Amino acid sequence: MTGASPLPFHLRDIGLSRGGKQVLKGISVSFEAVPRKTVIIGPNGAGKSLLLQVCHGLVSPDSGTVEWSGDEADLSRAQSMVFQRPVLFRRSVIANVILALKIAGFARSEWRDRAEEALRRTGLSRYAATPARSLSFGEQQRLALARALAVEPKILFLDEPTASLDPAAAHLVESLIEEAAAADVRIIMTSHDLNQTRRLADEIIFMHRGRIKERAPADRFFASPENDLAQAFINGELLWWRRRSIFNGIEDENDSAICDDAAS
Amino acid sequence: MEVIWQAILASLSMLLTLDDRLMEVIVLSLKISLTALLIASLIGLPLSACLALTRFPGRKFVLVSFNALMGLPPVVVGLVVYLLLSRSGPFGVFNLLFTPTAMIIAQIVLVTPIIVSLSRESLESMRHEYQDTLRSLGAAPAQAVTVLVWDVRFTLATAHLAGFGRAISEVGAVMIVGGNIDHLTRVMTTTIALEASKGDLVVALGLGIVLVALSLAVNVLVHGLRSMGEARAAT
Repeated sequence: MTGASPLPFHLRDIGLSRGGKQVLKGISVSFEAVPRKTVIIGPNGAGKSLLLQVCHGLVSPDSGTVEWSGDEADLSRAQSMVFQRPVLFRRSVIANVILALKIAGFARSEWRDRAEEALRRTGLSRYAATPARSLSFGEQQRLALARALAVEPKILFLDEPTASLDPAAAHLVESLIEEAAAADVRIIMTSHDLNQTRRLADEIIFMHRGRIKERAPADRFFASPENDLAQAFINGELLWWRRRSIFNGIEDENDSAICDDAAS
Repeated sequence: MEVIWQAILASLSMLLTLDDRLMEVIVLSLKISLTALLIASLIGLPLSACLALTRFPGRKFVLVSFNALMGLPPVVVGLVVYLLLSRSGPFGVFNLLFTPTAMIIAQIVLVTPIIVSLSRESLESMRHEYQDTLRSLGAAPAQAVTVLVWDVRFTLATAHLAGFGRAISEVGAVMIVGGNIDHLTRVMTTTIALEASKGDLVVALGLGIVLVALSLAVNVLVHGLRSMGEARAAT
């Protein structure tokens, strides 16, 4: 995709409520072109997915702004998103990719070549004529990735793209993410999987109860996180840490108003 | 029992020889019902898309009303259309009562709620499933509607089939507004009612067979379309 890069983009004091509970609170963060791969981690209800949706424009925040570089008109064409559960259209595998290209405004003469190339890169060429919904779950997620990458986005948002996949399928998806990043696509994704995060991330954003608690390069984050919650999360002791904090009366009162299940 | 068999054989003979009287009634029935279906579709599809894709005050009331209208008693529709088109009614000046046009109007009133309700339901369900993906891809509203309509096309075809079934098999409303006039407004259902009351089972049975065959044919057609669509989706 041609056009000016939308990077960097900035979130300024983003606040969002759902069901009377504040699920994103005062989030200010900037995403530059480098590092290439940012992984947002945190427990359920931290607000990771909602933050991603706010960035992608699927959810409008109650307060704060998202400021992009470049031309506003090119924004939707400059970014793609892959969801945890792929939603495929009721047509063939290749027709799903062609539809994305059509919506993105590519010339009709380019549709088939670009779609075939996207399927080749994701290893789905032999399924081109197959109804998309008849693919296995892992193949469907690869198709969602092929569809997202076919339009040549500058930024790719991925919301726990391997959460429901077996290790082999997850490995394939991770390889595709690495390839995209190597091709200068800015990757911003959420994950629950710390091993995957170690493999993929250049930098980590750790969220807890609607707030960003820490942002650090991946190696430093895993070696010595500055935030106690982040340390507890890495060690798998977050639940125990919370209980101990409540017992000691040191839990943030504002944080405790947020339900863990409000957003994931 | 023998009388019934004789009537069935005689009616089959009339059908096979394309009896003029029978054909006239069948052709008029199809003309009226297909025209009503076409117009109901032109009204119903945009309306169902609007109801499925937009939110406005009073929307729920409109949805409940259309659902309730699906079960409208045809004779009541016939009576209301009769009153509207009669000489003393607001549209009496058009002299439409006891014409095929009046019958088409009555059938439109009966068929439109079916198309609106069934289409709206499938479009809304598909919209719920697709909306984040379509927004993520950057689809404009018109593109989103096109994708939704295309992907529920077989459900829409089924809604139209249900509408056609309602129109072609309806007797009360068309009897009241059409008057069952020979060579002018006599359709299959009103002919069956008339001939059965006269004791002429041959014509009544012949038309009954046609109605059942039509129902089967339309179902086979939709099934064929569905299979063809699925096959085409795989190319």
